[in-house]
Amino acid sequence: MKELLLIAVASAFVNNVVLSQFLGICPFLGVSKNVKTAGGMGGAVIFVITIASFVTSVIYKFLLVPTELEYLQTIVFILVIAALVQFVEMFLKKAMPPLYNALGVYLPLITTNCAVLGVALTNVQRSYTILEGIVYGVGTAVGFTVAIVLMAGIREKIEYNDITESFQGTPIVLVTAGLMAIAFFGFSGLI
Amino acid sequence: MNNYTERLYNGLIKENPTFVLMLGMCPTLAVTTSAINGIGMGLSTTVVLVLSNMLISMLRKIIPDSVRIPAFIVVVASFVTIVQFLLEGFVPSLYASLGLYIPLIVVNCIILGRAESYASKNPVLLSVFDGIGMGLGFTVGLTAIGIVRELLGSGKAFNVQVLPSSYEPITIFILAPGAFFVLAGLTALQNKAKKRAQAKGDPNAALIGCGTDCASCGKKAVCGVKTEQTTNTEQAK
Repeated sequence: MKELLLIAVASAFVNNVVLSQFLGICPFLGVSKNVKTAGGMGGAVIFVITIASFVTSVIYKFLLVPTELEYLQTIVFILVIAALVQFVEMFLKKAMPPLYNALGVYLPLITTNCAVLGVALTNVQRSYTILEGIVYGVGTAVGFTVAIVLMAGIREKIEYNDITESFQGTPIVLVTAGLMAIAFFGFSGLI
Repeated sequence: MNNYTERLYNGLIKENPTFVLMLGMCPTLAVTTSAINGIGMGLSTTVVLVLSNMLISMLRKIIPDSVRIPAFIVVVASFVTIVQFLLEGFVPSLYASLGLYIPLIVVNCIILGRAESYASKNPVLLSVFDGIGMGLGFTVGLTAIGIVRELLGSGKAFNVQVLPSSYEPITIFILAPGAFFVLAGLTALQNKAKKRAQAKGDPNAALIGCGTDCASCGKKAVCGVKTEQTTNTEQAK
């Protein structure tokens, strides 16, 4: 139990997926204009990463390892993730329309979110068990959500600030991200 | 300028993936802690890009339109796996420092973006040159960022001590926040250039940099459309 907790805290805060591992930078910069959409994106990422880390660990353990096809992991994982996202989208549309309305638009964007593939590959690299893999996935996704929601909150305020012309737009967002990354260094004493 | 050199120029300068299109931000920020890493990542991506452009261009009449994206992904993922094993076998030190980011080349928007907007519509040799141009453009971008970060963060360039030992390295530049700061500085410079071009009334100014909208990998289709239009206008000329 203690180990699982350590994995969760480490992945969510200490090694934050966006601010220290640089995965999922693209949605982090692109979909962080307001808190509501950022929250939606975060929700969708938590949802997909949780399922994806479970499915890919199961496929790796019970399909690729017994058949000695471990070297196909990258190809298999990316296809599984792409298919999974499609499937989740269809399922939500049919079964849970309110959730689909909240997350739907963000789902197709997630296939190309490197965080999802990153989690699947890291699970294999660190030879996590299936449960550890899921915990790591959820932790990472929560870390992503925390980062993107915080960023959106700051960006909403930045709108009202007077910024040098050449730093308007992406540059000021990157500077903010850098400052947030420094702040997240503070968590490294946690473990 | 003939078509082939035009492709190289396009990738290296006009539509430089790092500075102009702002694609593939994840590896750009993550592996540029040193110039060597930047070159290694850039060249690995170039190899994958050239090979996948070539194969996709060869298969462009065979792949049905409705399943083209999954087909592209399989092609790209296969080449990435091959490159990953070659690196692991021949340059283990580079493989160790790039780590997770090698398999993640699969989701690099540059590669799928070029496949979708160029290789799937153009002849083989031109696509290969497009891959070389784009790949080298990416390599140059990563190396440039790598040099800046390495120089400020450890006083070295390509692992050789450049600055005098009295220079106190600003370590933060080789840590995570430094990546954001350096990129922020570079995009600010680019913004400035763009503003100046617009003030001069350069009609191409709007095409410089897709900005934030396109930095989102998920919206790469938007960027694909944009580059597509550029290529179309070029062809029209």
